[in-house]
Amino acid sequence: MAIATTWRTKRQRYSLEGEVCPTCHQAIFPPRDVCPHCSEPAGPVHTLSGRGEVYSFTTMYNVPRGFEEHRPYTVALVKLDEGPLVTAQLTDVNEQEVQIGMRVEMVTRKLREEGSEGQIIYGYKFRPLLQQSA
Amino acid sequence: MLNQPVKPVGIVGYGAYIPRYRLPGAEISRIWSHGAERSPVKEKAVPGLDEDTATMSVEAARNALARAQIDPREIRAVWIGSESHPYAVKPTGTIVAEAIGATPATQAADWQFACKAGTEAMQAGIGFVGSGMARYVLAIGMDTAQGRPGDALEYTAGAGGAAFILGPADEAVVVIQRSLSYVSDTTDFWRRPGSHYPRHAERFSGDPGYFGHVIPAAEQMMELMGAQPGDYDHVVVHQPNVKFPVRAMRALGFRPEQWQAGLLVPEIGNTYAGSAIVGLTAILDVAQPGQRILLVSYGSGAGSDAFDLRVTERLLDVQRRAPQTWDYIRRRVVIDYATYARLRGKLATT
Ligand SMILES: [Zn+2]
Repeated sequence: MAIATTWRTKRQRYSLEGEVCPTCHQAIFPPRDVCPHCSEPAGPVHTLSGRGEVYSFTTMYNVPRGFEEHRPYTVALVKLDEGPLVTAQLTDVNEQEVQIGMRVEMVTRKLREEGSEGQIIYGYKFRPLLQQSA
Repeated sequence: MLNQPVKPVGIVGYGAYIPRYRLPGAEISRIWSHGAERSPVKEKAVPGLDEDTATMSVEAARNALARAQIDPREIRAVWIGSESHPYAVKPTGTIVAEAIGATPATQAADWQFACKAGTEAMQAGIGFVGSGMARYVLAIGMDTAQGRPGDALEYTAGAGGAAFILGPADEAVVVIQRSLSYVSDTTDFWRRPGSHYPRHAERFSGDPGYFGHVIPAAEQMMELMGAQPGDYDHVVVHQPNVKFPVRAMRALGFRPEQWQAGLLVPEIGNTYAGSAIVGLTAILDVAQPGQRILLVSYGSGAGSDAFDLRVTERLLDVQRRAPQTWDYIRRRVVIDYATYARLRGKLATT
C-alpha cells in the first residue's frame, strides 16, 4: 500500500468510519461519492458500531505476499448491524470455532508490516464478542 | 514536592487491555531447566501476532471512552507511556489519537521511563487539566515486554496496560487527592538503542532500585496526607514479580486484604508501564464510593509516582460500561513455548 493511500484511508481502516446517506438513510462503508443504495450523493461521516455477524468465511493457507507471517488465518465477510458487508480478517479466534452467524466485533490490529524497516499498516479485524461477566 | 493543581483533577474514565495468550511459567522452566527452576508467576500474558502497544492502547482507550462518555474531540492530549513503542521514531500517540477520533486538536506524544512511563503521563495530564489548558487528557501505560530467552525476566515479561481519561474532579469517578514523584539516577535495568532485549543488574534491582523508590514515595505520600496505612481501602504498587510488591506493601504496614484486588502479576506477569495501573483498573472494577486508594508505580532508572485517590459515587455507573479487567484475564488461551517463540518474533525466518 502506498504511503498516500494508507494515509487517506486511515480513519476507515482504524475505526470503520463510513457515511450515512442523507436521502435513504442507509449506512455506507467504505465511504464513497454516491450512495450504492439510491445513487444520490453520499452523506456525512458516520462511524459504524463495529458489531456484526459472520456472513461467510474461508481459512487461507496460501496467502498474499506480506501476510506470510500470519498464515493460516480466517477471512470473513462480516455483515455489520447497520447493514454494510465488509471483508476482514478474523482474530483472537480458533478457526474451528468460526461459524456463519457468529457475533463479532471490530478491533484495530496490525494488518501487516512492510518489512522490519517499512511502515506498519493498522486496520480493522473482527473477533468473537468478548465474554463479559454479568 | 508537587504543588496541587489550580483546579482539582480526577479520572473520568478508565479502561484496561490484556491480550488473550498465556505462557505458563512451568513451560519456560521446562525449556530452560527441565522444570527445575520455579517461576516467580503462574503465567504471563502474551500478545498475538497482530498486536502491539499501539493496538492494545487503542482498545484500552476505547474502553476508557465508553466509561467516560465524552466526545473524543475534547481530548487535548493523547500520551502513551511504554518501553515497547512500535516505532523508534514516529509517535504511538498519533496512531491512537486518530483511531479514537481525537485528532487534530490534540497533543500526542510518547513517554519513556521504563515501567513508570504511564504514571508520568498521568502526572503531566494532571498539570494540563489542573491548569485549565485542557478539559480532558488521555494517559496510557502499555507494554509488550520482551525478555531474553533463558533470562530470569523471561518468566515475567508480560503484556497489557491501562488507559485513563483525566478531567475535572466534579465529573470524576475517582478524585486525585494528591500526587508526587520520587526519582534518582539508579541504573538497575536498561536497554540501549538498537538492542532488542533489556539488561539488568540482578542484585541492584531490589534494594536501591525498587524498594529504594516505592517505599519512600509511599511514605512521603502518607506523611503529606497525614494518613496511616489503615486509612486506605486498597493499595497497588508496581509488580515486577509477586515477591517485591508484597514485601514492599508489608514493610509499609499494609495487609493482604488491601492489596488483593490489585495484585494481578501472578495471572498476567509484569506488564511494565501497565503494571501498577492495570492493577488500579481491577480495583476500580470492584471499588465502592468513598473508598481510598494508594497507587505507587516504579520505573527503573529510577523513580516512583504516588497517587492518593478517592472513589466518587459516579464509579458505580461506569464499572459495567466496558469490559472489566478480569474479563480480559479470564479469556485465557494457554500456549506452549514454540507458539510463544513464534508470536514474539523469536524465530528467524529470513
Ligand atoms: Zn441512499
